[in-house]
Amino acid sequence: MEFIDQQAELQQLVHDILKEARQQGADQAEVSVSAEEGLGVSVRKGELENVEFNQDRGFGITLQFGQRRGTASTTDSSPQAIQETVIAAKNIARFTEDDPYCGLADAELMPQQAVDLDMYHPWELSADDAQLLAAECESVGLDVDPRIANSDGAQVSTQQGIRVYGNSHGFVGSYASTRHSLSCVLIGEDGNGMQRDYWYTVARSADELDSAAHVGREAGERTIARLAPSKAPTGSFPIMLAPQLAAGLIGHLLGAISGGAQYRKASFLLGSVGQQVLPTWLSLQESPLLPRSLGGAYFDGDGVATRSNRFVDAGILRSYVLSSYAARKLELVTTANAGGVHNLALLGPSVSRDELLRELGTGLYICELMGQGVNGVTGDYSRGAAGFWVEDGEIAHPVDEFTIAGNLRDMLTNIVRMGDDFDLRSNVRAPSLLLAPMTVAGES
Amino acid sequence: MSELIQQVEAELLAAKGLVSADVQSALERMLGRNVDYGEVFIQSARSESFGLEDGIVKDGAFSVDAGIGVRALAGEKTGFAYCEDIRADGLNKAADAAKTVAGAGARGPAQGLRVVSAEALYSTQDPISSLSQEQKVALLQHVDQIARAADSRVKEVNVRIAGSHSSMLVMASDGTFSADIRPLVRLDVSVIVEDKGRRERGSSGGGGRRDLASLYAGDWADGLAREAVRMALVNLEAVDAPAGPMPVVLGPGWPGVLLHEAVGHGLEGDFNRKGSSAFSGRVGEQVASSLCSVVDDGTLSERRGSLSVDDEGTPTQNTMLIENGILRGYMQDKLNARLMNVAATGNGRRQSYAHVPMPRMTNTYMLPGQDQPEDIIRSVNRGVYAVNFGGGSVDITSGRFVFSATEAYLIEDGKVTAPIRGATLIGNGPDVMNKVSMVGNDLGLDAGVGVCGKDGQSVPVGVGQPTLKVDEIVVGGTQA
Repeated sequence: MEFIDQQAELQQLVHDILKEARQQGADQAEVSVSAEEGLGVSVRKGELENVEFNQDRGFGITLQFGQRRGTASTTDSSPQAIQETVIAAKNIARFTEDDPYCGLADAELMPQQAVDLDMYHPWELSADDAQLLAAECESVGLDVDPRIANSDGAQVSTQQGIRVYGNSHGFVGSYASTRHSLSCVLIGEDGNGMQRDYWYTVARSADELDSAAHVGREAGERTIARLAPSKAPTGSFPIMLAPQLAAGLIGHLLGAISGGAQYRKASFLLGSVGQQVLPTWLSLQESPLLPRSLGGAYFDGDGVATRSNRFVDAGILRSYVLSSYAARKLELVTTANAGGVHNLALLGPSVSRDELLRELGTGLYICELMGQGVNGVTGDYSRGAAGFWVEDGEIAHPVDEFTIAGNLRDMLTNIVRMGDDFDLRSNVRAPSLLLAPMTVAGES
Repeated sequence: MSELIQQVEAELLAAKGLVSADVQSALERMLGRNVDYGEVFIQSARSESFGLEDGIVKDGAFSVDAGIGVRALAGEKTGFAYCEDIRADGLNKAADAAKTVAGAGARGPAQGLRVVSAEALYSTQDPISSLSQEQKVALLQHVDQIARAADSRVKEVNVRIAGSHSSMLVMASDGTFSADIRPLVRLDVSVIVEDKGRRERGSSGGGGRRDLASLYAGDWADGLAREAVRMALVNLEAVDAPAGPMPVVLGPGWPGVLLHEAVGHGLEGDFNRKGSSAFSGRVGEQVASSLCSVVDDGTLSERRGSLSVDDEGTPTQNTMLIENGILRGYMQDKLNARLMNVAATGNGRRQSYAHVPMPRMTNTYMLPGQDQPEDIIRSVNRGVYAVNFGGGSVDITSGRFVFSATEAYLIEDGKVTAPIRGATLIGNGPDVMNKVSMVGNDLGLDAGVGVCGKDGQSVPVGVGQPTLKVDEIVVGGTQA
């Protein structure tokens, strides 16, 4: 049986579970079923290292009796397990307390029809072929420079999944997707010690992956560039964030404008709709229906049809990121973001990376951030970093073992300029960002 | 045969229509020409949690997660597959898949199974049903009330109680036949306080391999609620943290996350076999100041990081990692122990049947020294005293690590003064450990909330240490 042939069976499973929920007397119910299957193969120093087959299937159900709810989940989808799990959710709901805000999203918000986002492109890849690909990737990386002394290996992964969601409004939606990736981690060594770096490519369709040689070469070049780091000076310096890290910064913004953080009063941007949260030349746009995208979905975790949202327009916060529950708590309308955002991108004028470096002048180009020193309530930000010292717009030498610190509100509103090197491998598509000076702690 | 194994066999095999001979035949099935080791790991875990927010117990969840993980090792190669649920057809299919790395042809039969006996470190009783559902809800309500009553500036309170009961059985071609039943519970409190327009969070939590009733007993939970409020109120007064290298005194207990990041990960066997750790090839060398002795001890009764046997069926032990500053050894699972020609140390752990085992920490802590904590603080002219941390991470190859303080104070002229805003500390493991210049006599272990992540797998761990002083580490504040 082909993997995708399970889709009808999983949809039936959702109907069966909803039926059981009705029989148990639930006023409302929602069910989520997922199945995943895949292969991961890694090669280290030219030799096969790991072959992993994964096969997951499970379902979760939330029942509501009056204004009380209970959730249960299991990895077993036999008829007996369905009944036991529904009863388990019911037993939980007997003991939770009335929550005036709980309940399904309104029925009219569900999608009227399925939308094909072209996300399912299975890769007929044998373990042997995956091994060859990983080996090619690693070997190109190892050949970049004799100082690449060791390797943590290259890995090829191919995954396919089916998601089905249904609720007692009668809505049942489902879609299949694939996700393939190739990554490589290399270790360089010289008289100053060892450094590691990596690179990866990921796509819905294997033909959209970067070549194995490209990934290996990037990993190798990045690793070599980090050898023999100096410590950064302590002081206040302009900061440029590499695209992957810029996406993380935007992630902190999303966290702060999420409905959960707002109604829990746990946000440094509390009550900030209508206020400036980014520079006036910058907007934040969500595009959930982009074909083949990594973050695409036509309904959210509440079953609500997704839509394009412009959360930030010309620097002004226009809307929070809301699930149906958070929206009800805040007396707003859901933005179809139960479970998170779908394909977020920064919009605005951009310049080349070189131009961005010139504008940075003398300061730090950050390529790695470490640790969890981010306080979402106050916006206080202090994280370990590594990257490059930039002198008069030119990358001078690698630096590590320092921190950058500031406050997220200032960091976001004072973004100076953005690059045109958007990283499309993530749900948040961001380019390099030039930030105003931050406090750097390094050498005395 | 031990009572424990009989109990687990009844739960994991007999209830699913399987017998141990089915598992043995699956093991035989994957023993190809090159296979050094074959293993079947069967697990079933039940978990339950309740959460309170806005003064009401809003959500509760129950889950059952069961399955079989099958692994074949050939030299440095690992073949791994698993199936959800416990079924004979899934077991055999997984065994065939895992055999991918085995090479053609047959090998001799598996060794006869021998029951691994280990000391029981925790109760096998179901921790979830040790409290009635009404008591769980009442406990959450009580903690909420204590937190709100503690100070009028408390605006939001979140409380969560969680318990899990996991049974596992491991049978392997080296003759291992081992089982374990593991309880794990925790209670977490998080509050937001507000004063004059400024808001701060404080949190606290605890638990271990015990039952939920132990969280309910006495006024232990009241203490957690008050601690979360205290921490939030301290942070309301916090001033900007200094920036740059300076002396730092770390408090006892949870700040032991320092050891977890600065040395712990770097001493895991896999990185050292591959030569990718800053500590590789350094056994017998001085890697820390002579005041430092660090152990990984999986044998502590009812601790969060403890295990009677690890996930490969090896009894856990108290392993000396660093003794008086000298590196003594690494933490090992079976694969890396065999390849490095040393003994496994009971550190082979996995998140679940759906994950491969790796060398992981259990409870990692530093042994106490001679100094009085007050003397340690008094010895610092200008520096930082950090007592609570949000977590950390490490790049084991360069040795660079960070950990982020969530409650810290300035030390001025030998006295603890103003609280400072959260700041990340960054250093290099071997470097920082060599700068430990005073070690207190007040060893403390954490309250039981640690989660360690590695290669996408999470496992519960413990940390601990006495008060200690690092002569110089970079403090990542905003005041340069």
